Amino acid sequence: MNAATAARRGWAYVPMTVLAAFFLFPIVFMVAASLKTDHQIFADMNSLRAFLPVGDLSLANYAAVFDRVPFWRFLGNTLFVTFMVTAFGLIVNSMCGYALARMRWKGRGLVFGLIITTLILPFDTTIVPMVYLVANLPWIGFDGLTPVLEFGWLNSYRVQIIPFIVNAFSIFLFAQYFKSLPKGLEEAAAIDGAGWLRTYWRIIVPLSKPVFATVAILTVVTSPATWNAYLWPLMTVQSEELRPVMVGVQYFFQLDTAWGEVMAYITMITVPMVIVFLVFQRAFIQSIASAGMKD
Amino acid sequence: MQRRHLIKLAAASGGAALAGPALAACTASGSGSSDGELLLWSHNAGSPLEVAVTEDIIKAFNGSQDALKAALEPFPQDVYNDSVNAAALSGDLPDLLTVDGPNVPNWAWAGHLQPLTVSEEITGKFLPSTLGIFQGELYSVGHWEAACSIFARQSVLETAGVRIPTIESPWTREEFDDALAAVKGKAGYKYAIDFSTADTGEWYPYAYSPFLQSFGGDLIDRSTYLKADGVLNGPEALAWGEWFQGLFTEGLSNPDSLGGAEDFMQGNAAMAFHGNWGALPAIDLYDDMLFLPPPDFGNGPKIGGGSWQWAVTATADQAGATAWLETALSDEYVAEFANQTGLIPATDAAAELTEHYGADGKLRMMVDYSKAYATLRPETPAYTVIASVFSQYAGDIIHGGDVETALNAAVAEIDADIDANSGYGF
Repeated sequence: MNAATAARRGWAYVPMTVLAAFFLFPIVFMVAASLKTDHQIFADMNSLRAFLPVGDLSLANYAAVFDRVPFWRFLGNTLFVTFMVTAFGLIVNSMCGYALARMRWKGRGLVFGLIITTLILPFDTTIVPMVYLVANLPWIGFDGLTPVLEFGWLNSYRVQIIPFIVNAFSIFLFAQYFKSLPKGLEEAAAIDGAGWLRTYWRIIVPLSKPVFATVAILTVVTSPATWNAYLWPLMTVQSEELRPVMVGVQYFFQLDTAWGEVMAYITMITVPMVIVFLVFQRAFIQSIASAGMKD
Repeated sequence: MQRRHLIKLAAASGGAALAGPALAACTASGSGSSDGELLLWSHNAGSPLEVAVTEDIIKAFNGSQDALKAALEPFPQDVYNDSVNAAALSGDLPDLLTVDGPNVPNWAWAGHLQPLTVSEEITGKFLPSTLGIFQGELYSVGHWEAACSIFARQSVLETAGVRIPTIESPWTREEFDDALAAVKGKAGYKYAIDFSTADTGEWYPYAYSPFLQSFGGDLIDRSTYLKADGVLNGPEALAWGEWFQGLFTEGLSNPDSLGGAEDFMQGNAAMAFHGNWGALPAIDLYDDMLFLPPPDFGNGPKIGGGSWQWAVTATADQAGATAWLETALSDEYVAEFANQTGLIPATDAAAELTEHYGADGKLRMMVDYSKAYATLRPETPAYTVIASVFSQYAGDIIHGGDVETALNAAVAEIDADIDANSGYGF
């Protein structure tokens, strides 16, 4: 590498550093403020001290979080719902994508088109009819050992999980990926006597790890029911025992907001995602890139 | 008591599970029925002290009888109304719930609430502004009240040579304007008064519309509750708007101030218009705190009235809900809420049991201000829209928008909403 190339690369780091700082500042501010009193947060607001862990620092805000919010309960709920939506979503949506991409049946194109059409409807526009719908759906529960037919899914884990298992974008991604696989593999499996289900499990799934990773990551990050779930549980879950972490943020906005505690709480709920991101950094980037990929 | 239809599926005979399931029974909790449970929703998740007092009441109630078992589900305040509206949509309201005073008419009109049957012997002791009344019926009652006042420091006012007002002799408009100029000029503060403009939402109509009313305007014509035209854009309202805007355009107040009177607490503003919930932290910070009455702009000093209250939902077990309320509304619990939250106790007897609101308490003046000046926000179902519209256009005024244009636009939106809802029953 000659001097000119090195200089060019050096200059390229200037805007990248500025951009990195720009995106890091909110996180740095969040962590620094989580260690300060409300009074000091505001006193530091108009200077660089806002981004520095300076002054009267303590972990009092973190301790206060546990007094105000059942943190572990909320975190457990979010992890459980996120896992269930993601795991079942991978199974159901991949099967659906496979049926649409590789099986020949009447109305396939229409069904695929209808599924894609739902992508243009923002979740916010369908949430009210969805609330009404889930409030009247049946479910079989138990009264002791007696099975009972109940109506209404509100205030349950199932209302946070089941409506979000099927995801049009996930189906689209699976279908597009499956279309790119060579048909000869399925034909060979068919000659060996494998049915659709066996072909799917033994041939297609092992060859499709990248798209499974992509869909899993996008589900965790973007689904309105997983890590960032807020509006849906707000409207459908009344019991504190079933609430996810994001709704917990609202616990800090009372007559006078406890800003230091807010920062401590969002630091605590951001850390798990940062760790996941650091561990799966390469897969994350590939997922975002492949989500816009065409076959 | 949430709506829950249960159809028992039982084996027709012999108990073979699910073999030939038959409709054995069907129960549905209908209007006014009792299922032995009394479910309460409150807006105060995240306020552990407040929740603890409610839990104490529930414990006492559950221990006092065997017929009903009460349970509390607290929600975060900022999202509480959305949660209640969603539950109302799906028919899953609890038996009792807390409701912010100005929303009582809307929820009553929408059919979410039923009138209270609590003895007048009990409710008659409560501050009038803690009672939610709609079209002559009592729908809610609150343990506490809140009151705004002008937060100031004695040393600052003395330095500026400003008379300290009293409840008998509050500042006139001229005195208040002079005081603002003096504390900014002579006492050397960046801002004269902090209005906590970042607290958008209910704070705007709660805190700012009483100034409008003191000028002689209002949010709606209360003689009919059918139009805002003439009162929200009349000469008095325009005078209020011009005066209020002047505070910000002339640099007497920060149009982008933080919430919670932080400009005052940080020493950037000499005074603040703030609620009594911020009084104790201010006393901790400054040793010469004064809580002054609001100025009289011509129609008497005014402050907002009506805080969170308990109401009974339309399908609740009325007898059970009334029994719970009669336990909850004792002076002992009214005082306990005040001690734990710093809010104003709703009865005189409870005030005497509190640390700060008794006859010699350091926040006693808040009770007096509430009694003397509290003005309820308009008791109409249209209030939810009025509040939203007023907040939007008050924000425009604060940030330099044309006052007449803003108020006319507010009137047009409010009157159109009232027309669209056929007058909301008026």
